Amino acid sequence: MTNTSDTWLLKVEGLTKIYGEPNENSVRLTGPLFGSNICPETDCIVACADINLELFPGEVLGVVGESGSGKSTVVRLLYFDLESTAGVAYFSRYGNGTLNILNESGQKKRYMRNHLMGMVYQNPKDGLNFRFSSGGNIAEKLLMAGNFNVGRIRERATELLEQTEVPVRRLDDSPASFSGGMQQRVQISKAIANNPPLLFLDEVTTGLDVSVQAKVLDMIRTLQQELGIAMIVVSHDLSVIRMLTDRTLVMKNGRIVEQGLTDQILQDPQHPYTQLLVSSLL
Amino acid sequence: MIPSFKKFNSRFNFAFIDENTKREIRRKLLKAICLPGYQVPYSSPEMPIARGWGTGGLHVTLSVIGKDDVFKIIDQGSDASVNACNLRDFVHRVTHCRVTFDTHAATLIQTRHRIPEEQLNDGQILVFQVPQPEPLRAVERYETKTREMHGEADYARMWVSLYEAFVRYGDIMQGAGYPVMVNGRYIMSPSPIPRWDVPNLHQSDCLYLFGAGREKRLYAIPPHTDVVPLEFDDVKFRIEQFPGIRCSLSGTGGAFMDELYNDLGHFRHVINDSDFLDKLVEHKTRPQQWSNKYLQQVLDEMNANPDLES
Ligand SMILES: Nc1ncnc2c1ncn2[C@@H]1O[C@H](COP(=O)(O)OP(=O)(O)O)[C@@H](O)[C@H]1O
Ligand SMILES: [Mg+2]
Repeated sequence: MTNTSDTWLLKVEGLTKIYGEPNENSVRLTGPLFGSNICPETDCIVACADINLELFPGEVLGVVGESGSGKSTVVRLLYFDLESTAGVAYFSRYGNGTLNILNESGQKKRYMRNHLMGMVYQNPKDGLNFRFSSGGNIAEKLLMAGNFNVGRIRERATELLEQTEVPVRRLDDSPASFSGGMQQRVQISKAIANNPPLLFLDEVTTGLDVSVQAKVLDMIRTLQQELGIAMIVVSHDLSVIRMLTDRTLVMKNGRIVEQGLTDQILQDPQHPYTQLLVSSLL
Repeated sequence: MIPSFKKFNSRFNFAFIDENTKREIRRKLLKAICLPGYQVPYSSPEMPIARGWGTGGLHVTLSVIGKDDVFKIIDQGSDASVNACNLRDFVHRVTHCRVTFDTHAATLIQTRHRIPEEQLNDGQILVFQVPQPEPLRAVERYETKTREMHGEADYARMWVSLYEAFVRYGDIMQGAGYPVMVNGRYIMSPSPIPRWDVPNLHQSDCLYLFGAGREKRLYAIPPHTDVVPLEFDDVKFRIEQFPGIRCSLSGTGGAFMDELYNDLGHFRHVINDSDFLDKLVEHKTRPQQWSNKYLQQVLDEMNANPDLES
């Protein structure tokens, strides 16, 4: 059976998100061949379409592409921030991988987000509530996973801040007063609070200084190796992809145009668009 | 003698509100009783007092009151405050029902911010005037969002705000209106009653009805419903403590106290519930109080130190 595999962690087929009113030609008349994600007939926006991917436990998958190519849309659909227009997704850690997680109820989706997934957004404001302390932000995940012991919550939050190299004395301060790099570290602490098997990282280092970027990336790599979390890393920056990922998808105009081992893609890009991306990196 | 209420010698309907509107409110109340803790929107018709001054409570009272009811109204524990007197007069004028100060004799009690100290029984209804029915309002401004949060039992932010309060103030510092979980499903605001009263919502014999006139919401706790104050495993809900304090009028404790200040700035403690205090002082009897573990602890401590005077 296709959907009872115990090898993949996440399996996505035909994932599509369209803004506006599509007609039957919208998907056919958009994409890299047309150099656009806007349907010429109805003006709807095909943010992503026909996305197929498999992610294996502990694997790090990169998604790279220019701005507007649909990278964030893909991870936000999988983290249930957005409602998909079409497509299915199976998650081996939920319902033995036999249920389309995109079709589950709001309550079930929240369960998955709180227990089985983590998300780190490009903008810390999307992932953190600045009216709460850093500890409170981390506590939210722990509380929702059924941990109602304040002492243990604070212990775990302290441990997480240590792991992500945030000064523990800032535990009760709002992240609003933190530097960008530290805000991202708090976001990461929150995202991994319940040891999820799956983590989404959307342009985590994009807003940061180069020197800070390197440190945060280093920390993410260390965490990944220690905890063995599977990750989908979204970035427009190939050097981030090179540093973190095993396998890479290249996106353009809402479609996947190329995929393969990261090293291979960087050394021998096949698609003209990927060639352009890689040559601009050098 | 109280003149009986006649349909045609009065300029308004029995209990002021017209029968169709009363029926609408009673339908909404039935829905509220079926979904304990769930806020039901209702019409909140115009009344001769401004919305937000007890209209919600009045709507409920006037919709459920019958000719044989005995009505009592308290305002922060007192039968005699200006507000209580005016609303009592009003209810009496439009229904000609008997009114009383005696908690035990009343069948229908409207209250602002207190539950009587004397235990209520299965023949009694307590109607709360509610200024803000939404317990999630402090963490979410938008009504569409809070309704969604209740619908999905998404109470994460509520819990985080309690955690934050503990971190900042060393206690789950929710003064009055401590949030409760009703029937394991909805988080509900018990209106700004002191924490002292909150345990009495749990598994009571009487029916609790809540009316928020300005916000146009009704909700209810039917008899024998589980009502649990939100608390952590290691940071528990506590009621107000009055260690070693006795009422300066009755000489006893074990009831919610007011601090009264005189012109010299001295203060003394007096039992807040005026009917309970009257019974202690004038009838020399202590009415049957609620049985809950929090109060029991207070009473046990009091009985262990009988001579302590404040
Ligand atoms: N709410 C929206 N309404 C309409 N179009 C949107 C909306 N959100 C995103 N888009 C469009 O979807 C496309 C993909 O966006 P996104 O996934 O954010 O790209 P990326 O993350 O690769 O930069 C873009 O063309 C963007 O303009
Ligand atoms: Mg993006």
